[in-house]
Amino acid sequence: MGADGSLRDRFEHGLDAPICLTWELTWACNLACVHCLSSSGRRDPAELTTSEARALIDEFAALQVFYVNLGGGEPTIRSDFFELLDYAVERRVGVKFSTNGTRITRERARRLASMDYVDVQVSVDGATREVNDAVRGTGSYDAALSAMHELSDAGFGRFKISVVMTRANVTQLDRFESLAARFGAQLRLTRLRPSGRGVDTYESLRPSAAQNRALYDWLLEHPDTLTGDSFFHLSAFGEPLDGLNLCGAGRVVCLVDPIGDVYACPFAIHDQFRAGSIRTDGGFTSVWRDSTLFADLRRPGSAGACASCGSWDACRGGCMAAKFFTGMPLDGPDPECVHGHGATGKVAAVRLRPRARDDHSSALVAATRTT
Amino acid sequence: MVQPAKASAPFDPESPVRLHPAVALRDESFGALAYHYDNRRLVFLKSKALVELVVDLEHHGCARTAAAAHVEPHEVDAYVAALARLYDAGVIDGR
Repeated sequence: MGADGSLRDRFEHGLDAPICLTWELTWACNLACVHCLSSSGRRDPAELTTSEARALIDEFAALQVFYVNLGGGEPTIRSDFFELLDYAVERRVGVKFSTNGTRITRERARRLASMDYVDVQVSVDGATREVNDAVRGTGSYDAALSAMHELSDAGFGRFKISVVMTRANVTQLDRFESLAARFGAQLRLTRLRPSGRGVDTYESLRPSAAQNRALYDWLLEHPDTLTGDSFFHLSAFGEPLDGLNLCGAGRVVCLVDPIGDVYACPFAIHDQFRAGSIRTDGGFTSVWRDSTLFADLRRPGSAGACASCGSWDACRGGCMAAKFFTGMPLDGPDPECVHGHGATGKVAAVRLRPRARDDHSSALVAATRTT
Repeated sequence: MVQPAKASAPFDPESPVRLHPAVALRDESFGALAYHYDNRRLVFLKSKALVELVVDLEHHGCARTAAAAHVEPHEVDAYVAALARLYDAGVIDGR
């Protein structure tokens, strides 16, 4: 998916409906990953009911949102998960869902393999048990691998293996590639964000500057790797990476959380980026089209401190959420600016970092975080 | 499950083509978004004329005559080239 400058300008002004969006179905999770964007753990009793979830899918269908990314929490924990999957697919709203794999049994893998318009993304954050389990918890590597076996045996086809790039696993890129090849799967790499519980772990987990350079070079050599456009800040190294290379927050993407609150993007779960509620603000369509926050995000922004940088056109200042949660000005450089402009101060160490509004971590999670 | 990309013959502007039945179009101010439900690719059609041409392909004997019916003579080659790219992405296919 490539796009030229004129199209990017158009997207920066926002579309009448998102191209795709992320919908976190529940905060319930049986794992406690230390970088969880949504600080998941415990279900919230106020999560959308089945009928509310169906009505939301109806809106997506009417808006011709071609596909949604379902996440969580662990989305398969919802007892109506497959019902909602069927409901969406029947309305030609394709579903790509992320799972930690723990609940992908043989029976569920077969059911998934029989469905049209469903993609599965199994999360694993290390090509080895040790590297993965340090982030995702003991047993999580084996569970993910088991899910991959089941999907493969069930004839699902080309599922996705989704990896968040960290200091410890960015050296395993070729091994991830081999893992994907072994299952006939497609590799998807995304950027670690200082969001959710990642606020606390970003400094220790994020790739070094040299690792980011190596990652950029690897991505150029492996253009078939999916990235969710998440490394556009690295395009400032030179040749742009494949993708739109812009921040789509509130313009072409957004997030719906388990209680129906709409945020600019999955990495910006904070009051400052909350556009409204599908429950109290007239439904999703109204929030998308009428929220004052989204109107602001769709106005051409200034380059701010990046105005004099020759790479502005390549990276547009990088990721809004990464800046926000590390306490950096939104019109300044990304904390991982490839020219080092984001590292002029000690990122996050001395800045007052905004905290996410809600923390759904279970007691278990809190214990895990401290180790 | 995800359908693998089909191996097909190279694009021939003199052959009959159509909008692939698994592709949905969403109108946008710049043209349209095209989403292919089988191969999950998202493609941007960057002019209204291209959108109208793509939808109308099945009513013409081949890609080139369809283009000639929709755009000015000096634009035909550019639109045939655009159709070739859409063919490679699976948005249009032979019929």
